[in-house]
Amino acid sequence: MFSYAPAPESRSVVDIASSYGLFIDGSFDPAKDGGTFKTVNPASEEVLAEVAAAGSEDVDRAVAAARRAFESWSALPGSERAKYLFRIARIIQERSRELAVLESLDNGKPIKESRDVDLPLVAAHFFYYAGWADKLGYAGFGPDPRPLGVAGQVIPWNFPLLMLAWKIAPALATGNTVVLKPAETTPLSALFFADVCRQADLPPGVVNIVTGAGDTGAYLVQHPDVNKVAFTGSTEVGREIARAVAGTGKRLTLELGGKAANIVFDDAPIDQAVEGIVNGIFFNQGHVCCAGSRLLVQESIAEELLTSLKRRMSTLRVGDPLDKNTDIGAINSAAQLARITELSEIGGAEGAERWSPECQLPDRGFWFAPTIFTGVTQAHRIAREEIFGPVLSVLTFRTPAEAVEKANNTPYGLSAGVWSEKGSRILAIADKLRAGVVWANTFNKFDPASPFGGYKESGYGREGGRHGLEAYLA
Amino acid sequence: MTATASVRSSDLRSFLRGLPGVDKVGIEARAAALGTRSVKTSAKAQAIDLAIRMVDLTTLEGADTPGKVRALCAKGRRPDPADPGCPPVAAICVYPAMVPVASAALAGSGVRLASVATAFPSGQAPLDVKLADTRSAVEAGADEIDMVISRGAFLAGDYDRVFDEIVAVKEACGSAHLKVILETGELATYDNVRRASWLAMLAGADFIKTSTGKVAVNATLPITLVMLEAVRDFRDRHGRQVGVKPAGGIKNTKDAVKYLVMINETVGDDWLSPDWFRFGASSLLNDLLMQRTKLTTGHYAGPDYFTLD
Repeated sequence: MFSYAPAPESRSVVDIASSYGLFIDGSFDPAKDGGTFKTVNPASEEVLAEVAAAGSEDVDRAVAAARRAFESWSALPGSERAKYLFRIARIIQERSRELAVLESLDNGKPIKESRDVDLPLVAAHFFYYAGWADKLGYAGFGPDPRPLGVAGQVIPWNFPLLMLAWKIAPALATGNTVVLKPAETTPLSALFFADVCRQADLPPGVVNIVTGAGDTGAYLVQHPDVNKVAFTGSTEVGREIARAVAGTGKRLTLELGGKAANIVFDDAPIDQAVEGIVNGIFFNQGHVCCAGSRLLVQESIAEELLTSLKRRMSTLRVGDPLDKNTDIGAINSAAQLARITELSEIGGAEGAERWSPECQLPDRGFWFAPTIFTGVTQAHRIAREEIFGPVLSVLTFRTPAEAVEKANNTPYGLSAGVWSEKGSRILAIADKLRAGVVWANTFNKFDPASPFGGYKESGYGREGGRHGLEAYLA
Repeated sequence: MTATASVRSSDLRSFLRGLPGVDKVGIEARAAALGTRSVKTSAKAQAIDLAIRMVDLTTLEGADTPGKVRALCAKGRRPDPADPGCPPVAAICVYPAMVPVASAALAGSGVRLASVATAFPSGQAPLDVKLADTRSAVEAGADEIDMVISRGAFLAGDYDRVFDEIVAVKEACGSAHLKVILETGELATYDNVRRASWLAMLAGADFIKTSTGKVAVNATLPITLVMLEAVRDFRDRHGRQVGVKPAGGIKNTKDAVKYLVMINETVGDDWLSPDWFRFGASSLLNDLLMQRTKLTTGHYAGPDYFTLD
């Protein structure tokens, strides 16, 4: 009766080169051993560009450049460093359309999210930390906190540019220099950012970008001349890094996996809770470490809530990430799709009831329909393991105490959500949840002023806010 | 099955208070998100024609005259004299005194005739006056009655009085459709909007309508969203479908399309028809016509190319 015509964003707003070098000491160079890898558009499997794969010599060179730049960068007055950060933030705003399209092409996320969520937050992070650069003496870490030196940063593929901003903005504001390794499936926006640094006249060596796979990252975090390691990614890799860094005197922050509980009480605003559940698990195809992947709903309203949730899921539009009306884009890689598929099959085999709305998935590319599992218990693997995809496990509870118990019964503790119209209940429950962030009557809300980080196997250290400075200051 | 019988008035208060709450931040965020849907080309053409067919072309001025009303009726029958393919509007909406004029002017056109009875817009008159107002409008040929609820009684917590008035007016309507105006701007909270929606539906409303257009806050997307959720939930529970009519302040095509998107994604196709959704508007129509012409000819025509009324 009323359907939307395709509304694709033009991909011609961004120029993608056929090949990219490593960004070291202010210039782009190929890898020493000539190694490259390809990055593809997950929505079409089309190769977007060939990117240099940094070997150990390249990483050495990048760390050495960062070390040289540290001398002068750390000696600048905070207000001078702030100028560069403000300039970067403004350039990002000016070029946000290019960046949003590039991010959607390389990552597969809908343009609606890269344009309206990622890019505004990226700029906001640079603005926020620019504001701190000349006020470090008032941040509560003593009158004259000092930078640590060279930061080795490794970021994931789910929010390539946003995670870059979370890492680079506080590091530069506090006077550190960085060597950053983006994920091998999504290197393009970091390389674009390198160009932004040049446009902002950032001194060479302050920011270095080394692209490559896991071994590049491993070499970077183990590099003896790196003073601080920051990692966001899987718990498994986080463990290896913690092991590698142990005893070296390097400072370390880890932001790892999650299996967040989204708790809906019987007095919740139902329609808004449904929106929050959808946003909690289907935002960014569920590729969110703090995704609300475990729905805990009070048994007395479970049926009503699930009916509403299924109805709402039927309106989700899956498809071309560049279409402005797309809600759910492509899964980032074939490997990730395989993992989501495998865990979902296990869910079915374990006896949970699987449901997806009817939806036509494109023929090419990596796609997974939004899925929920009902009848899930704490004993199911899909209730315990992070799936990192658009898959929701629905569990029920009877009393507030049971809700807290089940919510906390996980090796992770990154985030949680509470839905209730009763303010006293929200405060009481939030206080008992072992999670770094607890959202009340909302979900997946980020702000540069708000610290973010985990409990237990979700990692340690905080990013964002005043707390985020601490990890980069001696 | 009548919903009226299933709720005794003594239960009304506890029932309304037991409805799920509405989170202000959440509903406004959802309405804003729906407002960013991109509707272009063929989808836009389809949306514009649908919106025209949903317009209740309205004149509610103290200065209304038979001449003005006749002109409006002519416009409603043929909104774009230059293009016979342009659909007529859903209804013409006038004050009760103008119903005989409009009825004659619309005869045989298929365009329905709506009248705001029941001491519009304040509703501050004794019930017998409201009923007389309603009956005379229906007798003079109104197909639809837009009644205002007693906001004072609602805000004072006297739900029974509001309920009984709607029941009485519905009876006075006979076969005419009853649209109940909640005047949501005066109800102040989304919780009240949801309660008033349910109250009106339980009392027998065929349509629920946001506002008179005579107060500061009229139709908004989030208020209409709350009402759409209410009619959807009401049908799930009672099996009876009720229409929704946002009124006041919807001035351009872009806004109208946002409402259609909201219906599409909240309650679906069942409400995407003039039988179940109306725009209470006077200035919206010309913008729809201008955008329609833009789509067919490729360029904008100035306001002089469209009739005033």
